[in-house]
Amino acid sequence: MTSARVPEGTTEMEPQDRTGVGAEASPGAAAPGGETGPLAPSENGSPHAAAHGLTVKLEGLRAFYGDAEQLRGIDLEFNANEVTAIIGPSGCGKSTMIRCINRMHEEIPGARAEGRVLLQGADVYGSGVDVVAVRRAIGMVFQKPNPFPTMSIYDNVASGLRLTSRRRGDLRAKVESALRDAGLWEEVADRLQEPGAGLSGGQQQRLCIARSLAVDPEVILMDEPCSALDPIATLKIEELIEELKERVTIVIVTHNMQQAARVADRTAFMLDGALVEVGATHGIFTKPEDPRTEEYVTGKFG
Amino acid sequence: MSTPAPGADRLARFAVSPARRRRDRIARGAILAATLIALVPLALIVYYLLKNGLSSWSWDFFTTDPSGNTFFKNVSIGGIKSAILGTLEIVALAAAISVPVGVGVAVWLVEFGKNSWFANTVRFFVDVLTGVPSIVFGLFIYIVLIIGTGSTYAGYKGSLALALLMLPVVIRSAEVILLLIPNALRESALALGAPRWKVIWRIVLPTALPGMLTGVLLAVARAAGETAPLLFTAGETLKTNTDLRQFTNALPVQIYYDVTSPTTAVVDRAWGAALTLVTMILLLNVIARVISRRSRIA
Repeated sequence: MTSARVPEGTTEMEPQDRTGVGAEASPGAAAPGGETGPLAPSENGSPHAAAHGLTVKLEGLRAFYGDAEQLRGIDLEFNANEVTAIIGPSGCGKSTMIRCINRMHEEIPGARAEGRVLLQGADVYGSGVDVVAVRRAIGMVFQKPNPFPTMSIYDNVASGLRLTSRRRGDLRAKVESALRDAGLWEEVADRLQEPGAGLSGGQQQRLCIARSLAVDPEVILMDEPCSALDPIATLKIEELIEELKERVTIVIVTHNMQQAARVADRTAFMLDGALVEVGATHGIFTKPEDPRTEEYVTGKFG
Repeated sequence: MSTPAPGADRLARFAVSPARRRRDRIARGAILAATLIALVPLALIVYYLLKNGLSSWSWDFFTTDPSGNTFFKNVSIGGIKSAILGTLEIVALAAAISVPVGVGVAVWLVEFGKNSWFANTVRFFVDVLTGVPSIVFGLFIYIVLIIGTGSTYAGYKGSLALALLMLPVVIRSAEVILLLIPNALRESALALGAPRWKVIWRIVLPTALPGMLTGVLLAVARAAGETAPLLFTAGETLKTNTDLRQFTNALPVQIYYDVTSPTTAVVDRAWGAALTLVTMILLLNVIARVISRRSRIA
């Protein structure tokens, strides 16, 4: 949490520019991206330059697989530039819920959703909404690292820009800044043309994060991003999450309650397709209001 | 089991019984025998092809057209140049027609049709098409494009017959490969905000390419060896011809006519042509294998 360590306004003067990366996109939208290197492209290009997280609000969200109701009406708000963790036992609908936010849920044959998902007030399920535009604003990181196997490291990161026809500006600089933001640049700078699939699991996952960062999303959904990674790689991703929340809103599904406790500002507990409780992470883990939450976080079930 | 070592009584219950050992040997022997029996005709085909075909291979064999002479011993019967080139031309055009169409059908089936009623109907008819005897495709083209239009044979009509023959093979092999592409790849591209056509064009198809090439080359290899669809579509000619609107010779057709000749030298030419055809198809198969080994999806 860079912003907590360093008082606002002094961030630009932080000497180690790499750790300062996340802090640089300062919340005061008008601030000129800063001269300190890594995030430079953010000032010369995309309209998202002053990258800012958006709020996400679910209203009566219900999701179905065929006739089976997986989510039974969820009301939940994700605050901008916060990390919200979703915990709950397997099959409780955590993944389904975040897949509804960027409308990936409907990609599964027979799946549909009802209710509203408000992205900074605009319903992504509203009529006339372009699903492609929604997904450009809401990035997603999956459980298993899945770099495109035919592409090099460089092309993987550039793929988001190429696939969305946003090649304007300096592609190379954008790739570099995304890789830096994902904390991967130092490790791959000298082998950008090698296949992305040749990296280790943790590096692949950070490559996938870089890939989604390259298109300047305002919300990032993470579906158990560390469940296939070892503890060291997990730690790196968690540090990354801390830095990224300066510029995006993060929703992370996790099975790992320690992880939720480490990274999340707020935590939501789900059970059987319904939201049981949501609140500040510390509160959820120390004095939850609902007995079911207490049983779950203390390991009595799940 | 007669000389129990210390502790043998405790191990005895894990020992393989003689009866099971015997059954195992018999089963293994039977399977091995079946494999060997299957190899016999294969080995014999290769043996006879080499024995009878290799002797007619020569520079002239590959560089001259058949002369049409099968009677005068002091006049050359010619080689098979027109047949080799004709086969290459006809099959190339057939592939140029069937591959884009076939891959298109496969993409539609996997990415859009999925398990809809119409997609399953298409799959059913593709399977039916796979089982249609090759001569029927020739007959179909003959009736539609030759009788139907009152015209005559042409190389491209042979290509069309072969394209129909290749189509189901291309569709099915491409479909299998597309189904192997992990859904996670499509999802991560879609989640980046890529439109569906770009996901298919930039992610799915490049990933599937090596596998698809294998299927395509196998379809080409099959088509290259077909005689029946060409007999009454491509026509019979001796001359090398680069215009597929004319009669066009082909290796299987050349073999078919040569092998029924009473002249020994002409029958030998059929063997030489057969060896040539088998070699060409073998090369295609080797290429297909090399490409599929470089495939990035396991």
